[in-house]
Amino acid sequence: MANHSSSTSHSRFLQHHFVDAEQQFDAAKMGMWIFLVTEILFFGGLFAAYIVYRMLYPELFSMAAEELNVLWGTVNTVVLIGSSLTVAMAIKSAQKNQVKNIAINLGITLLLACIFMVIKYFEWEHKFHLGIFPGEAYSFEGIDHPKASIFFSLYYLMTGLHGIHVLIGMGLMIWLLKRSLQGDFNSEYYTPVEITGLYWHLVDIIWIFLYPLFYLIH
Amino acid sequence: MNLFNDLLNWLNDLFLPPAKSTLAHQTDALFWFVHLSSFVLTIGLIAVIVYFIIKYRRQSEDEVTPLITHNNQLEVTWSVIPLILVIVVFGWGYKVFVNQQVVPDDAYEVNVTAQKWLWRFEYENGATSTGQLHVPEDRPVKLVMSSNDVIHSFFVPAFRIKQDVVPGRYTEMWFNAPDPGEAQVFCTEYCGTGHSDMMATVVVHEQGEFEDWLAENSGGGSKPDDLSPAEWGEQLTQQNACRTCHSIDGSKMTGPSWKGIFGHEATLSDGSTVTVDENYIRESILEPEAKIVEGYQAGLMPTYQGQLNDKQINAIIEYIKTLK
Amino acid sequence: METAEASSNLKKIQVQRFKPESDPDETYLTEETGIWSWLTTVDHKKIGIMYLASITFFFFIGGLMALLLRTELWTPAKTFIEANTYNQLFTLHGSIMIFLFLVPSVPAALGNFILPMQLGAKDVAFPRLNLLSYYLYLAGAGIAVFAILNGGIDTGWTFYTPYSTSTGGAVTTMTFGVFVIGFSSILTGVNFITTIHKMRAPGLTWDKLPLFCWGLYATSIIQILATPVLAITLALVAMERILGIGIFDPALGGDPVLYQHFFWFYSHPAVYIMIVPGFGVVSEVITTFSRKHIFGYWAIALSSLAIAFIGFLVWGHHMFVSGQAALASMVFSFLTFLVGIPTGIKMFNWTATLYKGSIDLKSPLLYIFGFFFLFLVGGLTGIVLASIALDVHLHDTYYVVAHFHFVMVGGMVMAFLAGLHYWWPKITGKMYNEILAKIACAIIFIGFNVTFLPQFVMGSQGMPRRYFNYIEQFQPFHQVSTIGSYILGFGFVMVFYYLVKSIFRGEKAPANPWGSRSLEWQVASPPPLHNFHHTPVIVNGPYDYHKPMDEFQLGLAESGNGHGHESDAELHTDGKSIEAE
Repeated sequence: MANHSSSTSHSRFLQHHFVDAEQQFDAAKMGMWIFLVTEILFFGGLFAAYIVYRMLYPELFSMAAEELNVLWGTVNTVVLIGSSLTVAMAIKSAQKNQVKNIAINLGITLLLACIFMVIKYFEWEHKFHLGIFPGEAYSFEGIDHPKASIFFSLYYLMTGLHGIHVLIGMGLMIWLLKRSLQGDFNSEYYTPVEITGLYWHLVDIIWIFLYPLFYLIH
Repeated sequence: MNLFNDLLNWLNDLFLPPAKSTLAHQTDALFWFVHLSSFVLTIGLIAVIVYFIIKYRRQSEDEVTPLITHNNQLEVTWSVIPLILVIVVFGWGYKVFVNQQVVPDDAYEVNVTAQKWLWRFEYENGATSTGQLHVPEDRPVKLVMSSNDVIHSFFVPAFRIKQDVVPGRYTEMWFNAPDPGEAQVFCTEYCGTGHSDMMATVVVHEQGEFEDWLAENSGGGSKPDDLSPAEWGEQLTQQNACRTCHSIDGSKMTGPSWKGIFGHEATLSDGSTVTVDENYIRESILEPEAKIVEGYQAGLMPTYQGQLNDKQINAIIEYIKTLK
Repeated sequence: METAEASSNLKKIQVQRFKPESDPDETYLTEETGIWSWLTTVDHKKIGIMYLASITFFFFIGGLMALLLRTELWTPAKTFIEANTYNQLFTLHGSIMIFLFLVPSVPAALGNFILPMQLGAKDVAFPRLNLLSYYLYLAGAGIAVFAILNGGIDTGWTFYTPYSTSTGGAVTTMTFGVFVIGFSSILTGVNFITTIHKMRAPGLTWDKLPLFCWGLYATSIIQILATPVLAITLALVAMERILGIGIFDPALGGDPVLYQHFFWFYSHPAVYIMIVPGFGVVSEVITTFSRKHIFGYWAIALSSLAIAFIGFLVWGHHMFVSGQAALASMVFSFLTFLVGIPTGIKMFNWTATLYKGSIDLKSPLLYIFGFFFLFLVGGLTGIVLASIALDVHLHDTYYVVAHFHFVMVGGMVMAFLAGLHYWWPKITGKMYNEILAKIACAIIFIGFNVTFLPQFVMGSQGMPRRYFNYIEQFQPFHQVSTIGSYILGFGFVMVFYYLVKSIFRGEKAPANPWGSRSLEWQVASPPPLHNFHHTPVIVNGPYDYHKPMDEFQLGLAESGNGHGHESDAELHTDGKSIEAE
């Protein structure tokens, strides 16, 4: 006897151990929120290191930050905020049951993420060209400070870790895009879109902290 | 009462090393306060539990127990009393800690350098010693410590003090040993292969004797009249902690054993061979990285350039010659 | 059949009682069989058992290393292994026992099995994620084993810089392994918190939540907040070794003490990851075997959360002699003392629970009494170490070694064994040999004390930890300790023997052999594949021992599923009895 089957309409995506779709949706959302808390602490370690070294070598940070390109950093910020908007629009489309718009908005989000990564690539590439490598390989002589490599080690670590998160997000977007084209999502079931959206907002928020801390301090 | 005191003294000797600094007794008093009150608490709680187990053991399968959900008065009591106790212990511990931290103004300063796996001490007049810290009795001594490689920790159980020695910064500690004698020093921060052999001795001299020692060693040292060169060499190898890594009985430690080494051929890590003679030993002491014997790791032995003068090196060579 | 009412918020549900079949034909063990059904299962019970098997394996590996270490310490200097081997062995002993045994022991093994059943749920919130956690754990363990076989690690489980960034061996690989295991731990934490929030059966309000669940809840909070910091810290150590980024290297402008702050920010709370679930087990066992309502339910539940919270603010007590500021030491010392208060409250409440109980000294309870004494000693010596002046003398000596073994082995391993014996009939459906269990408990208790009590004396005398060689004065203590470790080892092997034997030869276990009121005991042993055929409605609390046993059949909503959306509706039915399937 399936006692629990009587309450709400069943989505074909309802898993056996949940009583109804609402419980499943709530659980998924809460799980993602908790995971985001762990992400904040994960980045928190690097932010703590940043604070410590900025206090130890304040002059280094303002000198070294001049090497970063504010224009491209700003463009990237706008791009990422834009992608947060489109992912929110994808969720809204799902709630309104505009199935086609889900895919369109996800597609734009994916495109913006690509643009972000391409800009990032050229920024890094330019620095490597100058000899600004992380750690021991650092060979740039334009900054008159013995510990200059520490700033860039932090820069590469933090933007690199963020970049990895963007890449993971892009993977998720591709998966969502595929499923939305298959017509998996509608106003009854859009849990993956919702929780990926949450993740994507976090990636965005972390960048919003990285941007002033690296690009706007000189 | 006497019996109780005897018991306490016996316990004190069992648990704690002899107290050889002026502050040690402060630590010991707190040590016993916390332990004895904990002991009373443990016995009390265990007694209650044992009593309950006996008194309320199950008599039959259909026993019904009363519903007792909580008792605010009782719960507040057993939260507040321990709270007061731990605040006392905290305050007391902090007070003693402050005494351990605040260095008296007239303290005699010694610089301490740690590296794998030895302690080196430098005194104000340029005298140095390795493996032995010489200090005057009844006078505060301040150690200014730094490490050349990884983190070490300077621990003197008899003084109840310990301080990490960190590369790239200076840490400090102080003590005052009222009586002449010796005290054991351990390294208590794990630092690799020779960690447990990284020991030293604090030698507390009478005031005049300490001045003599300083004067004698200011120039780097010369042979005491009553020793033969080989005997002096033996003493030097102990003072400089050579034997932390080199055995004299043939057993393999971090470095090659000295037993029967003189005059023999050694195979080096690059495959070539070399005869162990005066020049080779001298080079190994001053430039340890120049020739590494096969099967041993490079980069472990520190140089003794500037630490040992020619006479001392000659004495050590004489000593190694005697180890047949 | 009777009816009873369960009310939560505005909703009233008419409930009938029903009794699940006590001896069903199909259990989770028989419904899907074959190796593939295990490896791909999303059933929390099977995943729990796979964890149990894995942690048992690593426990014996880690234990074997401990015996080798103790044997080597029989004489000063070399007894039968070299200094470098010794250093690698104690590193592995620590890493394996902490990351591969203690952290997953109660939460991932017992918790996985019991938690959803205590909540009246069919599974954890994310079953596939649960399986992923297990495979991440295995992968991390595999990477760690690979690191051990390819160069080894000699840094101690603490990976202190700059030693860990300059020494040889496979430190980078090992940090990667721990990183992966940490990820597994995080996902388990996410899963459990969500499960406890979202998967509770109707009527299971927060004040009816079993204390084992409260323990796991507090543990999971620590896991999700602390483990990411360890992950990033070890990633930085790896980067330091690969790229030389200089964050922790003084030669490049970094700060080695910063590493210690990062490391202990995780690793001190990690101590509570290891012990708090044990507290949960104690509450369950002690109420069941004294047939008594828990004394001070909220005090015990909230003290776990208090420990979890304060536990994040005390990491600096590992660094009193590291060169941190005296003011910082003072604050950390004070906060550390505060952890003692909720811990003490728990001890007193458990003792008070026994008052006027009906105490049956079965082996799980015996293990709990072992826990009581050993954890009390461990906790009180923690008070000694929290005092700054005393810690200056005792830091990094055998006193600390004895202290944390009393807490971790005497506390957590005893609680784990108590839980294992308590839930063994539920997990396997078989009873073990009670007499052997009692003997083994006594042997473990004696062996443990013989091993670790002398270490308190040695430590106070000044014997530093992680010493391959030692001065002769300490030899008698070391030898007693070594003999004790053999007794202890024998005790653990004995437990392994009779438990495994019971699987094949044991008597069949009834659904509720201990007469417990808790939900997991109201279904058959071993449980059916989806735990509950109907979503149960909870009427009585898990510790309502003052009510007769026959009130503890499962409640069943007569219409709807009890969760429902008709939040204000009052459901009425005619109270016709419903047979279980």
